[in-house]
Amino acid sequence: MRESESTVSTAAAATLSRPERQSDIGISGLSKSYGLPGHEVMAMNDVTLDVASGEFVAIVGASGCGKSTLLRILAGFEKPSTGTVLVAGAPVTGPGSDRGVVFQDYGLFPWLTVRENVAYGPRQHGVGRRDARRAADHFLELVGLTRSASKFPGQLSGGMQQRVAIARVLANDPAVLLMDEPFGALDALTRTELQTELRRIHRANAATIVFVTHSIEEAVYLADRVVVMTGGAAHGVPGHIRQIVPVNLGDDRDPSSLEFNAVKRMIADLVHEGSDHV
Amino acid sequence: MSTRTRAPGQGLTRTVLLGIPVPVLVVVLWHFGVTHQWELLFGIRMGFLPYPADVAVSLWDFAFGGLRNDAFSGELWVNLGASLGRVGAGFALAAVLAIPLGIFMGRFYVVNSLFDALINLLRPIPATAWVPLVALLIGIGDQATIFLITLSAFFPIVLGTISGARQVPPRLIEGAQMLGSNPLRILYQVVVPASAPAIINGLRIGLGLAWVVLVLGETVGVRVGLGATISLARDIVRTDLIVVGMICIGLAGYLSDRLLVWLFQLAFRGRPLMK
Repeated sequence: MRESESTVSTAAAATLSRPERQSDIGISGLSKSYGLPGHEVMAMNDVTLDVASGEFVAIVGASGCGKSTLLRILAGFEKPSTGTVLVAGAPVTGPGSDRGVVFQDYGLFPWLTVRENVAYGPRQHGVGRRDARRAADHFLELVGLTRSASKFPGQLSGGMQQRVAIARVLANDPAVLLMDEPFGALDALTRTELQTELRRIHRANAATIVFVTHSIEEAVYLADRVVVMTGGAAHGVPGHIRQIVPVNLGDDRDPSSLEFNAVKRMIADLVHEGSDHV
Repeated sequence: MSTRTRAPGQGLTRTVLLGIPVPVLVVVLWHFGVTHQWELLFGIRMGFLPYPADVAVSLWDFAFGGLRNDAFSGELWVNLGASLGRVGAGFALAAVLAIPLGIFMGRFYVVNSLFDALINLLRPIPATAWVPLVALLIGIGDQATIFLITLSAFFPIVLGTISGARQVPPRLIEGAQMLGSNPLRILYQVVVPASAPAIINGLRIGLGLAWVVLVLGETVGVRVGLGATISLARDIVRTDLIVVGMICIGLAGYLSDRLLVWLFQLAFRGRPLMK
């Protein structure tokens, strides 16, 4: 009893100031083909990328450039045709709770309450009912949903459901957060609000984040580095990394500033160049 | 004018009142049909039917006794109990076999391939066609009846469960995987609740069939049971008791379906289910 209580409080403390831990990602020579042997279509080719522990990397690109495929391979939902993925030095062989995934369509369990959804992860790891509940309440407080804990996901707005989805992943204390266009289905106001919140969570928690989006502004606002992917079946070449752009704009980013827009324009040029010429 | 603007009580009263005239008319026509010995379509000779009033008396006597004082007086409960036992045992056995098999068939290609052909070959064979073989292999009696019920209820339950398990959104499976569930836990924590509406549909159809087959199984070689009562009443040409037996089976089937739905709602305590 006392032991598991201390587990929860360390998890809580870790969210506030995480001790250094290894959560780096190493991707090398990754490619993915679909279809029957002999008639394969290569969706993604020769992707090599290193992400440091605690880094926030955004991946942008037009539809079909392979950015979601890359994320699904990192999550372990799909196997690469060639190449390897290492997380904290260990090869990825399938889905695992060291890599929390936030989906665009939330993927919450509709028959579980908000609190039960968040407690689900800890319960899978043998945390007792009461302790899992306490952990869930902690993370619901973190995303500002304490008052909705007993509701069902279907009773919440899209933005609130996405907060639940983020809380349930954080409750597992993953080394890596993989986010697949998480704010894509939300209205502009909610989107801005959640972006600010995600930055706050990332600063406090220092997990490594890989964030796929088609919004260049969102990428520049959130990320330490922006990976620009181009190509895809529609362009006759497999999706690949066009360029990696570091965003040196500090912690307080103003989307209306000149510097911000200069980075944004540069990335936009890279994205469009890729889709027009290749 | 719409029902939405009415108080709930008024709407309910109206529904109940509207439900009365048609059954009353049927009973009245039944009465006059017997009196005047009408001949209907299919050569139905109404003169051979008992009067509705006779059936009502026999039903009361079958349940509580004290009116006719014959071999059937007050015997309802013994017969109902025997039939309920057979339906309950056969249906429960079918559910225990069919739900896990359906979950595995719906989720795993190999399991599906192993059992799919067998199930689809056996499924079209009606229970009536099994009766001669069952009579030779098992004999007649309780075990044969329960076997026939299990066999008939099994197929709708397994098919409902398979279709439910197949339609679980992949996103929910992925969600459970990345939260650290192992494959077995995913089956009972995600696939089963997500398939629940399809499973309950299969169970309800299966339970309905269980009552159909009960009569078939009880017609031969069983002395106690609602089906046996009907069979015995036919042997001694008591049409009123045949109708009484039919009414009792209809009511028992209806009430057991309500009970099943109620148990299901109890188990999920108002939790939202997949659409």
